[in-house]
Amino acid sequence: MATKHLMRLDLIFKNERDTADILKKVMTKSNNDIINELISSGLKGRGGAGFPTGLKWKLTADEVSDEKYIICNADEGEPGTFKDREILVRVPDKVWTGMAACAKIIGAKEGFIYLRGEYDFLKKELLKSIDEFHLLLDELNFPFRINIFSGSGAYICGEESALFESMQGDRGEPRNKPPFPTQKGYRNKPTVINNVETLAHTYSIFKYGVDIFRDLGVQDSRGSKVFSVSGDTPIPGIYELEFGMTLQRFVEDFGDGDAKAVQVGGASGFCVPRKKFEKTIIGYQGKLTGTSLPTGGSMMIFNSSRSMYNVLHNYLEFFVEESCGQCTPCRVGTQQLLLGIEKVKRGELPSGYLDKLLDLAETMRITAKCGLGQSVANSFSSIVENFKEEMIY
Amino acid sequence: MTTKVNCKIDNISVSVEQGTTILEAAKKINIKVPTLCYHEDLCVAGNCRVCIVEQVGTDRLLPSCATPVAEGMEIITNSLRVRNARKRIIELLISEHNADCTKCFKNTKCELQSLASEYIFNDEGFINLVPYKNYKEVHLSPSISKDDSKCIRCQRCVRTCSELQDISALTVAYKGANMKISTFFEKPMYEVVCTNCGQCVNRCPTGALVERSYIDQVWDAIYDSKKHVVVQTAPAVRIALGESFGLPPGAIVTGQMVAALKRLGFDSVLDTDFSADLTIMEEGAELLNRLRMSLKENDTTVRFPMATSCSPGWVKFMEHAYPEYLDNLSSAKSPQQMFGALAKTYYARKRNIDPKNIVSVSVMPCTAKKYEANRPEMHASGYKDVDYVVTTRELAMMIKQAGIDFLALPEDDYDSLMGESSGAGVIFGATGGVMEAALRTVYELVTGREVPFEHLNILPVRGMESVKEASIVINNPLPEWDFLDGVELKTCVAHGLSNAKMIMEKVKRGEVNYHFIEVMACPGGCIGGGGQPIPTNYVIRKKRTDAIYSEDEGKPIRKSHENPEIKMVYDDFLKEPLGHKSHKLLHTHYTPRNRY
Ligand SMILES: Cc1cc2nc3c(=O)[nH]c(=O)nc-3n(C[C@H](O)[C@H](O)[C@H](O)COP(=O)(O)O)c2cc1C
Ligand code: SF4
Ligand code: SF4
Ligand code: SF4
Ligand code: SF4
Ligand code: FES
Repeated sequence: MATKHLMRLDLIFKNERDTADILKKVMTKSNNDIINELISSGLKGRGGAGFPTGLKWKLTADEVSDEKYIICNADEGEPGTFKDREILVRVPDKVWTGMAACAKIIGAKEGFIYLRGEYDFLKKELLKSIDEFHLLLDELNFPFRINIFSGSGAYICGEESALFESMQGDRGEPRNKPPFPTQKGYRNKPTVINNVETLAHTYSIFKYGVDIFRDLGVQDSRGSKVFSVSGDTPIPGIYELEFGMTLQRFVEDFGDGDAKAVQVGGASGFCVPRKKFEKTIIGYQGKLTGTSLPTGGSMMIFNSSRSMYNVLHNYLEFFVEESCGQCTPCRVGTQQLLLGIEKVKRGELPSGYLDKLLDLAETMRITAKCGLGQSVANSFSSIVENFKEEMIY
Repeated sequence: MTTKVNCKIDNISVSVEQGTTILEAAKKINIKVPTLCYHEDLCVAGNCRVCIVEQVGTDRLLPSCATPVAEGMEIITNSLRVRNARKRIIELLISEHNADCTKCFKNTKCELQSLASEYIFNDEGFINLVPYKNYKEVHLSPSISKDDSKCIRCQRCVRTCSELQDISALTVAYKGANMKISTFFEKPMYEVVCTNCGQCVNRCPTGALVERSYIDQVWDAIYDSKKHVVVQTAPAVRIALGESFGLPPGAIVTGQMVAALKRLGFDSVLDTDFSADLTIMEEGAELLNRLRMSLKENDTTVRFPMATSCSPGWVKFMEHAYPEYLDNLSSAKSPQQMFGALAKTYYARKRNIDPKNIVSVSVMPCTAKKYEANRPEMHASGYKDVDYVVTTRELAMMIKQAGIDFLALPEDDYDSLMGESSGAGVIFGATGGVMEAALRTVYELVTGREVPFEHLNILPVRGMESVKEASIVINNPLPEWDFLDGVELKTCVAHGLSNAKMIMEKVKRGEVNYHFIEVMACPGGCIGGGGQPIPTNYVIRKKRTDAIYSEDEGKPIRKSHENPEIKMVYDDFLKEPLGHKSHKLLHTHYTPRNRY
């Protein structure tokens, strides 16, 4: 089986225990050089929004403030996803190195890991690893400290501005943007917030150089990506794959031979039906995956025994519960979508009502306050449009 | 120098200061974008999303209340995409909403309703979610009624209670579909730290938070021929009531209000301003007494600063948050309760009416006064001193219910006995007013001379700054007050409970040594009270304040101690400030309460 997975990579999880060397190498480089390397590598955020990482660091570096922060987003709330946990368990130093490099560039003295509540059991090991890392920093005379903040458990706290609110002791509700975190983040100070995996990738770039990273992937999706593969697959698990693979290729490698759809990016991602596998590329530019591959890198395969109505129902239940509830389109919209498909399914409302719901989902996409409400339409519309009969009968 | 940014809104060019929101910029060129969660007094929440607008070339719509104008932006406030999305959003709000408008206190005065009337036509709408919602019954406190089934979760109340008042009695609880506005552990409103100030009520766009209404009880009393119904009107009502009838903020309608009250059928229309003057006599005497005990008799148990006690929201705040400072509060009752105690004693005797047949009603800019009237200790007359309190808004409703053409009414005068007031009584309605009134009287009692301010206008204590300090040096006092010679009387004025808290923290840390502080729970003082016409905001508060001071300026008598009816009540009944009768009728005590 293993030989089949041609695109499997081993950049992130390869651990050659060379942190001290790489850290030293980075710390002796000029800030400009590091930023330029990151920008030309094409690295984009792996937490969902896909923002160019080098640019994010540069914007924050350009802000004038004597207090700045780097925060590693380890909230990993997407159901069934645990790739960030895997990185933190296996190669935590890489993440710390990325944070230290960022701290050097932006001028931060303090960094935080926002650790998902359910991952509290990792804390002891992580603290040990951080302590060792602090010694390396001391040797280099670099005044920077990393702390762990234990998250509250709500999915919405993974959204960057809700995460800041939560760290500040307030209710985890997303803020209005602008201002962006690069301008006003944690404690309203310029802040870089990056996903665990994004930070780990910076290590690969520092270690192997820009070219090796850039050569992987396609066009606007460079490098590799860690995916959680689940659903109807004989080999569920965490895989690092090169960007640019078609979904056809993906199900050939991971499916059980009967895949009828793949949900790319979890509940807030897109559902791709079999007939579009060949044309859909995994990566930020993928036609159906929109401009971004949403949170978590979750890839869920459904075979023909699955009811797509149930799949959508589960997602909507998740959103009805996990919306923070502050904004109208998301709080009420999610309830309407859920109740709406139930009533259509039971025949209490005509199938034409689905059109009104599609229109509602579109309204949510363009009016909701944060990524959660905005992306409900991704799964809703892609499932309803591609599996309409399953919604009705 | 502030930087300007330029943009186009609905094809009109506009140049605004950096940081200006699209909503504010649109307002500048007379384009009204609808809003629900936005309120001028509060920080921006951006959660209702009805204020969305389209930026040309941008896929997602922008919340205009929360988005600053950027250079070169082209905004359309009313495109088809915007209108459709806005309509959907309003439909969503209504689908979660128990929209029985005809039974709702806010009917015709509701922001959701008026938005709906602009956007919803005979459309099918979404599924009615109310049956799935499990809304709790209406919560009642003596002051406030909270109905979750009418809440649109705009969080204006939450922001009011935390930003303006620093109380946080109302908070957001749960998430997703269950998200709601709640109290600590979902306890009833009357059990939590709520001060009853009603600032949240004043800002709630719907019928979810309203005053507990006593209109029906008042009508019952009026229609009961055996009852003699007296009504008192607070200083701040006369300069705001007109707004409920379409007059601009700051319109003075004292004469029409008195005429309307007489037409409603009250047997006697009297003035809280009278008892405001009385409060000055008692509170002033108490201040002087404290000064005497401390400076002359070296009594170290005397507490300073003495604090005013006429704002019941402030009093309840002190009971919860600073129970160890209750002795600092003046023991003088608020003007409303002094009036109530006299109505069923002095007034009853003079008029020869059996007090048990008197029903005493007050019209207040305040919801906390409803709670105050229901305090168990407020039975000094042997009866409930004040039977029912209605807000400025409720009075407007009653006038409308009675079919009175308010604006066409000829002006009328208060009835006598407790209807006369000085300018000092009038300015009780504005922040700094009690302090100014007290200083006018106290200074003159001590020195025999008028306060050394032009036209008696003590400007340092006036205005909208959150905290104002002023001091007066006493020179050459009358012989009786020689211990005050050269003493600098230090005072401080604060309004809004967040400012009050700031002052109390300073007092606690020993950073300040005031003799006398005035605190009003509401921003701007009573003119900005929770029971005042909606909307109330900074600009409106300023206009009402200006009106109050012009009322004062126009009064022939400007000092409480010169009010002839005040002289009479002491000569004929009370004898002297802080005397035996005063003590029984006009002073009270306070109760320590929980901090949560
Ligand atoms: C509802 C919601 C949940 C999110 N959860 C996470 C999360 O668990 N982990 C994460 O890294 N990013 C999450 N994000 C994305 C973050 O807001 C943010 O974009 C990201 O942490 C930025 O890091 P990156 O640039 O490295 O991707 C979430 C976004 C939304 C809207
Ligand atoms: S979109 Fe949903 S999760 Fe995001 S702010 Fe609005 S209600 Fe909260
Ligand atoms: S709150 Fe407004 S919309 Fe709701 S029932 Fe009352 S008047 Fe009608
Ligand atoms: S009445 Fe005042 S204290 Fe009570 S909840 Fe409303 S704003 Fe807060
Ligand atoms: S109670 Fe009123 S002010 Fe508070 S959230 Fe509900 S609708 Fe808004
Ligand atoms: S008024 Fe702008 S989002 Fe509510």
